[in-house]
Amino acid sequence: MIPVIEMSNITKRFPGIIANDDISISLEKGEIHALLGENGAGKSTLVSILFGMYKPESGTIKKNGQIVNIKNPNDANELGIGMVHQHFKLVDVFTVLDNILLGFEPTKLGFINRKKAAAHIQALSNRYGLAVDLKAKIEDISVGMQQRVEILKMLYRNNEILIFDEPTAVLTPQEIVELIKIMKGLVKEGKSILFISHKLNEIMAVANRVTVLRKGKHIGTVNVKDTNKEQLSTMMVGRTVEFAVNKKPIETGEVALEVKNLNYTDPKTHKHILKNVSFSVRKGEILGIAGIEGNGQSELAYTITGLMRASSGHILLNGQPLERRSIRYRNDNGLSHIPEDRHKYGLILDYPLSYNLLLKKYHRKPFTKYGLINYRAMSKYSEKLIELFDVRTSQGAATISRSMSGGNQQKAIIAREIDVDSDVLIAVQLTRGLDVGAIEYIYKRIVEQRDRGKAVLLISLELDEVLDLSDRINVIYEGEIVTELDPKKTNPTEIGLYMAGSNSQRKHLDEANKQS
Amino acid sequence: MNRFEQTLRKILSNRALVNLLATLIAIIIGISIGFVIMLIARPQQATSGIRFLFGSWLSTNTPTRIGNWLYYATSLIVMGLAVAFAFKTGLFNIGATGQYTVGLFAALYVGIAWTGLGRFQWVVGLIMASLAGGFWGFFPGFLKSRFKVHEVISSIMFNYIGMYLVNFLISNIKNASGQLLLFDHSYGRTYKVATSAFIPRSFFGIDLSSIFPGSEIDIGIILAILLSVLVYFVLYRTKFGFELRACGFNRHAAQYSGINENRSITLAMIISGALAGFGGGLFILAGRVSNVGNIYKIVDVLLPEGFQGISVALLALSNPFGIVFAGLFISFIQRGGFYMQTLIKNEIVDIIVAVIIYTSAISLIFQTRIANWLLKTRSEKKKRGK
Repeated sequence: MIPVIEMSNITKRFPGIIANDDISISLEKGEIHALLGENGAGKSTLVSILFGMYKPESGTIKKNGQIVNIKNPNDANELGIGMVHQHFKLVDVFTVLDNILLGFEPTKLGFINRKKAAAHIQALSNRYGLAVDLKAKIEDISVGMQQRVEILKMLYRNNEILIFDEPTAVLTPQEIVELIKIMKGLVKEGKSILFISHKLNEIMAVANRVTVLRKGKHIGTVNVKDTNKEQLSTMMVGRTVEFAVNKKPIETGEVALEVKNLNYTDPKTHKHILKNVSFSVRKGEILGIAGIEGNGQSELAYTITGLMRASSGHILLNGQPLERRSIRYRNDNGLSHIPEDRHKYGLILDYPLSYNLLLKKYHRKPFTKYGLINYRAMSKYSEKLIELFDVRTSQGAATISRSMSGGNQQKAIIAREIDVDSDVLIAVQLTRGLDVGAIEYIYKRIVEQRDRGKAVLLISLELDEVLDLSDRINVIYEGEIVTELDPKKTNPTEIGLYMAGSNSQRKHLDEANKQS
Repeated sequence: MNRFEQTLRKILSNRALVNLLATLIAIIIGISIGFVIMLIARPQQATSGIRFLFGSWLSTNTPTRIGNWLYYATSLIVMGLAVAFAFKTGLFNIGATGQYTVGLFAALYVGIAWTGLGRFQWVVGLIMASLAGGFWGFFPGFLKSRFKVHEVISSIMFNYIGMYLVNFLISNIKNASGQLLLFDHSYGRTYKVATSAFIPRSFFGIDLSSIFPGSEIDIGIILAILLSVLVYFVLYRTKFGFELRACGFNRHAAQYSGINENRSITLAMIISGALAGFGGGLFILAGRVSNVGNIYKIVDVLLPEGFQGISVALLALSNPFGIVFAGLFISFIQRGGFYMQTLIKNEIVDIIVAVIIYTSAISLIFQTRIANWLLKTRSEKKKRGK
């Protein structure tokens, strides 16, 4: 049988790297083909070429055996190729219906015929089990539903080949199960899916075949039923990977960080984002905060570290109140912060690595004396950190941070934050966008801090991460801590329910109140 | 990867070199476009016109003309430094003109009223000019850090406030006997400053007026170059500069690291304003040829110096030493344009400078496009060779 899509010998270079080096891949009709690889392996580049966003230097693309020339996403669309991007391309203030029609409006004398289109989309939605509310605005619906809108967009455009770029990154465990069901339904109806992921569990659950890429090279294509997670991860990383996190039994000391009745209201929108949050972290333990994106996790980290000012409540560091202190004071007196957005907060990308490694120490001796910066001392000190934390660079301490890979940028931040030797480490979205190899390393370092008697507050959207690392888990939902769980006694399904708010005590109370 | 590619990649990874290359290409493009316009407007004079821009005007009366070139470069350099200092902190000080005007006023006042200072009069004049300019830069800085008012909006407003305030003060300040102190009604302009307040022409025994006889030059150009060294030192060698640049590259990360971002923004605007005010002082205290001095006319139009400073800073990509060269370069073609006037209107110089600024602003495109193009033609040639 002729494959629906055949990409042969694709090569694409960017200044300094070869993103795709002679890669060939084929997609059969009615299959889910997974593209697996670490960050920077070239997965996104490959599908971007298929979707017409990049032009390859060499190689051909065939659709149903015919060579095609895809110059831009419109060409791709006409060939029936659609894509759900990792960050959705939706207009927040438009309705679901208008978003689906956008760019493809059925018009009559210049007027949009919404009625007919709505009926057509409703039919599609029923056929593929994609429940959406066509009249709702995007800003009011859940992330899971937004994704279904993106899928409907492709179906409405009669796309046959569907590309999913890391579709599960933004979903809860329950929504992931739902998505897998939808994807299987789509291929049953004759669609073909190219599915990008670095999560092995999902690939094993949904894909028929997997193509593994590493550093722009094609490592191999295997049938999912003939392989296992270990083999795939070895292909992906190039060596065997330790999955389990080894932790010593817990030895907690006194409370290092305590948060009491913390409230935060957004000054612009007046939304009450953090509601009476209270918890404490002891020395020698990792407290994990689990939750779906946008439930107040960022604000929690920012109010503790001082980037946002809490509306009310107390933050105590070793018993001392912090809430009125400056960021510099908090940094200098025992608070380390691995921020969730490493490009926005974590690094000054245009500064050399050495400056970034000392961003929390540059103002102290020996790096500053009499108001003058001692760059030599800075690079000397940085070289040591670079070696100690195995940060890979092209020009050592002088490397411009922007040119480093995400994994090494994160390693640099971790090196800096650990080097300050604070009592409390606040780690937010530690491993976002990082590859398996880097994650393994970073987990080790974090556990090491715990074992050294530091208090770690781990805020993460990755449920597995929270489960593997934490000694205790708090679940946050709509700005409230809804429950505390023991990672040894709970499971993803239970946490998932709390994360989605359906298990929260408050809801139960609300319902009870309504009934009475 | 062959050796050609390797060397090319190496060159392209050197940012300073690429920036310099991009600037040079921009200059070539700017002058070429200027030449085309001359060809269209005045076909007969175009070639001699372009020769003027390339420096044929220097062949007669050389020392004097070099002196004038340096004199006119002074204000461009100082104003370029003022704008660049704010750029480095991530601020666009479009209000340099207002700060220049306010500084000019302060120096004018000192230069006319404080004759008792003797040989220190010009020094005090420049200091007061800087303080006044810094004071005027404080407002947009403070408004930005305290109330998040964008500095472009507020500093444009402060340009006008500054200009009208200065015009008001000049036409109202009276001396003890009730006569206007600064304003000469019969000519509709200010008086020139006292001869004792003129900026000297010799510097530690180097007499610029004898090196460049008959020119406008004073030691302002030397002060401007020293100022570029000072600005470089502050930005690149001090903790303060480290923090300012951190704010300029990424305000959020600067804040995260504990830098007081609001303080940095306010201080950067004050310093930028002080530099611009210094520029105003240099202008009004200049003695010029045979001590004719400079005057300020009361017309309700903003002075162009601050805006020229933006061009200089952009062309030099805000590098303090680059600014010295950018200022000298723009002054050079402006002087060319001045002597070219008998052939072609010298506004052509404004067009050329504008094209250069536009082109150099897209240096990034040069970096990737030209690299790709070079690598491509190279590999195509190789293929054909096979």
